[in-house]
Amino acid sequence: MTANTTASDLLNTARRLRQEVGENSHDHLTEALFAEAARITDRAVTHPDTRSRFDLERTIDRLVTSRRWGFPIMLLLLTAVFWITIEGANVPSRMLSSLLLDTVHPALNDLGASLGMPWWMSGVLFDGAYLSMAWVVSVMLPPMAIFFPLFTLLEDFGYLPRVAFNLDRLFSSTGAHGKQALTMTMGFGCNAAGVIATRVIDSPRERLIAIITNNFAICNGRWPTLILISSVFLGSSVPAAAAGLISAAAVVSIAVLGVLLTFAVSWFLSKTWLKGESSVFSLELPPYRPPRILQTIYTSIIDRTAIVLYRAVMMAVPAGILIWTLSNITLADQSLAEHMVGFLDGFGWLLGLNGVILVAYILAIPANEIVIPTILMLTVLTAGLTGVGAGAGVMFELDSNTAVKDILSAGGWTALTAVNLMLFSLIHNPCSTTIMTIYNETKSVKWTAVATLLPLIMGLTITLTTATITRLMGWV
Amino acid sequence: MTLRTDTLHASGSACATCPMNQHLERLGVKMTNWDYVVALAGNPNTGKSTVFNALTGLRQHTGNWPGKTVARAEGGFQYGNKRYKLVDLPGTYSLLAASVDEEIARDFILFGQPDVTAIVVDATRLERNLNLVLQVLEITNKAVVCLNLVDEARRHKLIVDHRRLARDLGVPVVPTAARQNEGIPELLQVMSEVATGVIETRPRRLRSTANPALDAAVNTLSGQLEAAFPGLPNARWVALRLLDGDQQIERAIRDGSLGDLSRGDKTQAVSERLTIAEVPA
Repeated sequence: MTANTTASDLLNTARRLRQEVGENSHDHLTEALFAEAARITDRAVTHPDTRSRFDLERTIDRLVTSRRWGFPIMLLLLTAVFWITIEGANVPSRMLSSLLLDTVHPALNDLGASLGMPWWMSGVLFDGAYLSMAWVVSVMLPPMAIFFPLFTLLEDFGYLPRVAFNLDRLFSSTGAHGKQALTMTMGFGCNAAGVIATRVIDSPRERLIAIITNNFAICNGRWPTLILISSVFLGSSVPAAAAGLISAAAVVSIAVLGVLLTFAVSWFLSKTWLKGESSVFSLELPPYRPPRILQTIYTSIIDRTAIVLYRAVMMAVPAGILIWTLSNITLADQSLAEHMVGFLDGFGWLLGLNGVILVAYILAIPANEIVIPTILMLTVLTAGLTGVGAGAGVMFELDSNTAVKDILSAGGWTALTAVNLMLFSLIHNPCSTTIMTIYNETKSVKWTAVATLLPLIMGLTITLTTATITRLMGWV
Repeated sequence: MTLRTDTLHASGSACATCPMNQHLERLGVKMTNWDYVVALAGNPNTGKSTVFNALTGLRQHTGNWPGKTVARAEGGFQYGNKRYKLVDLPGTYSLLAASVDEEIARDFILFGQPDVTAIVVDATRLERNLNLVLQVLEITNKAVVCLNLVDEARRHKLIVDHRRLARDLGVPVVPTAARQNEGIPELLQVMSEVATGVIETRPRRLRSTANPALDAAVNTLSGQLEAAFPGLPNARWVALRLLDGDQQIERAIRDGSLGDLSRGDKTQAVSERLTIAEVPA
């Protein structure tokens, strides 16, 4: 008898026996295994007397996943994390910027002068490349060094699965995967990281939905823009006592709007291009474990902060060189930057924005972090302001919110500009790092284009609508 | 990735000659010419990745939520002059190949034929974890149960009699608290002894289900399997899978890779399958 006949004999026997036994052999086996596991456990484990003991874990679980309190607690915890991040980052951010911008930068310029560098060389190197890098480091490093460990601690403690549990119902009713709650939460730190995190979703359909909608989670690069603009324009228009609260509420509502858009777009995609049933998954709520604080801080700084910062710096250096060059090459009495601003001004007005903001968003495709400094710099240039900042093409940081408001008002900004800038900050194309990550993860030009253009088109439509309505109602 | 060389026990005492005091050298990702392959199986969120990191010195990110280990991770360590390759399998509740994760884990234990499979179980959730243990024991003889999170069990005032458990399961059971490195030296020693054959295991296997017709069919089929593939270590389990219509097992019978198992060869097919499965689509 050859090996082949043995094999086919065996398979035939198996087929025949399978018909005799029926389809439910799987269930019998599972039942037998369960019974055996129960017997063995019974013999090996001695339970304490738990009749009337207060079970802390179960009580916490009941609270944080309850229908009534689950969402408020979630919002409160996330707000606390962001509040700690924003407040805590303020001081080191200021220290870093005074060191890198006020001390090292003039020293570099002096050095360049003493070496007899031509103006354009010290301009490109120190006013372009170095300054943009310094700005990204001073603005991004402190929040990341606080936010990532905090987030990892929540994860380590066991809270994230509860968030997923709470959001699961909402996500699956939109036709998406419950684990998208986790990847969205990762996106609040960095969309590129959120896109990579979608690997936890098995179904390609649901994974694509999670990738495309991740951009609606506001990332680290966008929080500073929202916070600054809301405090400058919205906070300052109400009594001082309420200013902090109002601007915080504005930022939180933009973030909540992002979550709602995530649901809406997920629902839209799963009803149109990405049709299908949402898959069921079982999520075990793990026990709460005391987090290992030092180790968490170490690994989250090494694994996350350093890598994200490195990428941001690599993007900011060429962007800084470009901005400096555009502002210093003159064509027919105007710098190239001014030409671009003038060209986009009409379209910007339609959107309730302006040419400066659009140019800033084009220049900031590599990293959203440089939107605000680019806007300020270009506004100073095109509004013909003198005596502020450090001159053509130099990105600077202004000390007080009043100064920012003065510059922007001189540039023709209104409350509409501020609100629409915040909306556009939430709803526009992802940064180039995220776009590259999306391509790496999907290996599809088509889906990368969808993920890039869909939010951009949405953002243009929404700002056009709000601007038109506001103007028709005569509010501005 | 760092390469760390350190010992878990301070030597120099009278215990220095004890085999438990053999040096652990963590090799991180540097692994060539290993002598033994160790598979790390377990339910999600039982601290598998923590055990993996404790043994290899790697810092694979661990997190307190299930599904952390998306792909298969590998690392190496040297213990008692032998080099071990450690494969961290995705966490699963079962090995019935219902999902990609389960298939990766099942295929590796079945076709990869690790020299020892360490099954990490959560001491506070023993009953559910034992379902996976019993399934692993159906497939392989060379297994060790790593009874992890005993610190949490203590906190919950649970008493787990690991000797009794070892007797019932027929394989060694080592209590550990991997986050505190507690029990890791003992785990290493026991794993090496199972891999080298110093410890003979007699894993508990299901003798019968509640269904006499099914049992009869399993007996017939496993008899034929043993005749066709002498030395097959898990004929009853293969029979059960065939009765469940497992296409992959049918294929393994057809292309002869099941025959390789009975001879103790590691099939090549499995490495291909694992590379494909490694990248989640």
